[in-house]
Amino acid sequence: MRVLPGFGISLGITLLWLGLLVILPLAALAAKAAGMGWHDLWQVWSEPRVIAALELSFFTAAIAAVANLFLGLLIAWVLVRYRFPGRKLADALVDLPFALPTAVAGIALTTLYAPTGWIGEPLSHLGIKVAFAPLGIVVALVFVTLPFVVRTVQPVLEAVPHEVEEASASLGASRLQTFRRVILPELIPALATGFALAFARGLGEYGSVVFISGNLPMKTEILPLVIIGKLDQYAVPAATAIAVLMLILSFIMLLAINLLQRWAQRRAVA
Amino acid sequence: MSRITTTEPTWVKWTLIGTALGAMALVLIVPLVAVFWEGLAAGWNVYWAAVVDADARHALWLTLAAAGISLVVNGVAGIAAAWAIARFRFPGRSLLITAIELPFSVSPVVVGLLFVLLFGAHGWFGPMLAAHDVKILFAMPGIVLATLFITFPFVVRELLPVMEAVGSEEEEAARVLGARGWHILWRVTLPNVKWGLIYGLILCSARAIGEFGAVSVVSGHIRGETNTMPLHVEILYNDYQYNAAFACASVLCLTALVTLALKAVVEWRAERALKQGGKTP
Repeated sequence: MRVLPGFGISLGITLLWLGLLVILPLAALAAKAAGMGWHDLWQVWSEPRVIAALELSFFTAAIAAVANLFLGLLIAWVLVRYRFPGRKLADALVDLPFALPTAVAGIALTTLYAPTGWIGEPLSHLGIKVAFAPLGIVVALVFVTLPFVVRTVQPVLEAVPHEVEEASASLGASRLQTFRRVILPELIPALATGFALAFARGLGEYGSVVFISGNLPMKTEILPLVIIGKLDQYAVPAATAIAVLMLILSFIMLLAINLLQRWAQRRAVA
Repeated sequence: MSRITTTEPTWVKWTLIGTALGAMALVLIVPLVAVFWEGLAAGWNVYWAAVVDADARHALWLTLAAAGISLVVNGVAGIAAAWAIARFRFPGRSLLITAIELPFSVSPVVVGLLFVLLFGAHGWFGPMLAAHDVKILFAMPGIVLATLFITFPFVVRELLPVMEAVGSEEEEAARVLGARGWHILWRVTLPNVKWGLIYGLILCSARAIGEFGAVSVVSGHIRGETNTMPLHVEILYNDYQYNAAFACASVLCLTALVTLALKAVVEWRAERALKQGGKTP
């Protein structure tokens, strides 16, 4: 097998790069947290302000991910199944939220959805407050996490064989029945993966949210912002405790995403 | 018959297209238009003054420098990592792949905190750095390190599947014919995977230019010194200098649009190379 050269040097560079840039900083966090002990960690985690921020981050990320589940499926479907003028442009634009700096998205959305903004003003007449309210956080997260579901569903949808749809139709299924019973089940692992990726990103997102949320403690303050707040007060141990909590959450999400992808691969093989 | 039953009625099709494009316009296009609109609202002169302002120029320079360093470091190391993982089987290989993806699941603010814990006054290396009068936190090295962490996986992630798809037959043939390691890399491997590499570098630079949360924690927000372009936008915005903030934001929008255009071109070229029987997916 080892016909090719360079195993030692390439693995060496990789481990050095990974060790210095990623493992060492994470080890510093782990050591700091271990030094605090469970009691101190728990004390920070049970602060009302932290619990409120955790709930807010969790629910806004979940709502935005659910919204993008539907919006992402719709966009992926239209881009894969239909031919229309501007399709390629629309396809390229899907990645805009990945390419646009989050702070730019943040100030643009805040200006649009503020009570005086293009969209916020008409909505305020209906009594709907978006900017500086939890709904604004959801709007920002919908923008930032839009590409995930589209990009996970697109390749799977392209690969659904035409024959199964024909078979379903020739057995008398209506188009809607074919979609629900034949196509949708094929897409479920991809949808779940896209949902998990969007949700995980939403939990940790900062730049796009910080402008539109209004940052009121207990009301519109997200978890990353509580860390910034603690750091501003030089409360490094408290900030560390919250960071550990966020890391535990994201590792659970990472595990879920890996399991989902394995599930998807098994289904693709079967 | 079968053609009719496996497509939707025309009205359904156009309703779906209309809804999808309408939603995309509302979610994606309107914010983009708003940035340029607000930036130019006070006239071209105000816009131009904000863009060529000394602090803005320094912020842009710092942003591009941090992005450039990330491209080089994460590019070179990414090629090495993809080579080791795609071409060899060794114990701990799948653990290594997971570890490389790790930075994606760390919140940007937490990334900033990691470097505070390492280099802050009470951090692991803080006292040592202070004794030697070396500044990492609230200075350029901290900004570069945070950007490196955030953009760590992009190149490997794009390169790895391409390298695995291309296979190692050509490299092995070159080896048997007596080519040395660097020659194989330059003449065989990199030309074969170049679109994957370019794609990864584009994603890496876009994220590096736009990074906000991590850089915000480690930069210290010193105007004209440690402000990157996104931080400069934030400061102007919080100072109620909306036109200037949006003018600088529009510069960042342009970099994002260029990124998307480059990405589309690379995807198109890679697809064409594949269709022509080339080996680059």
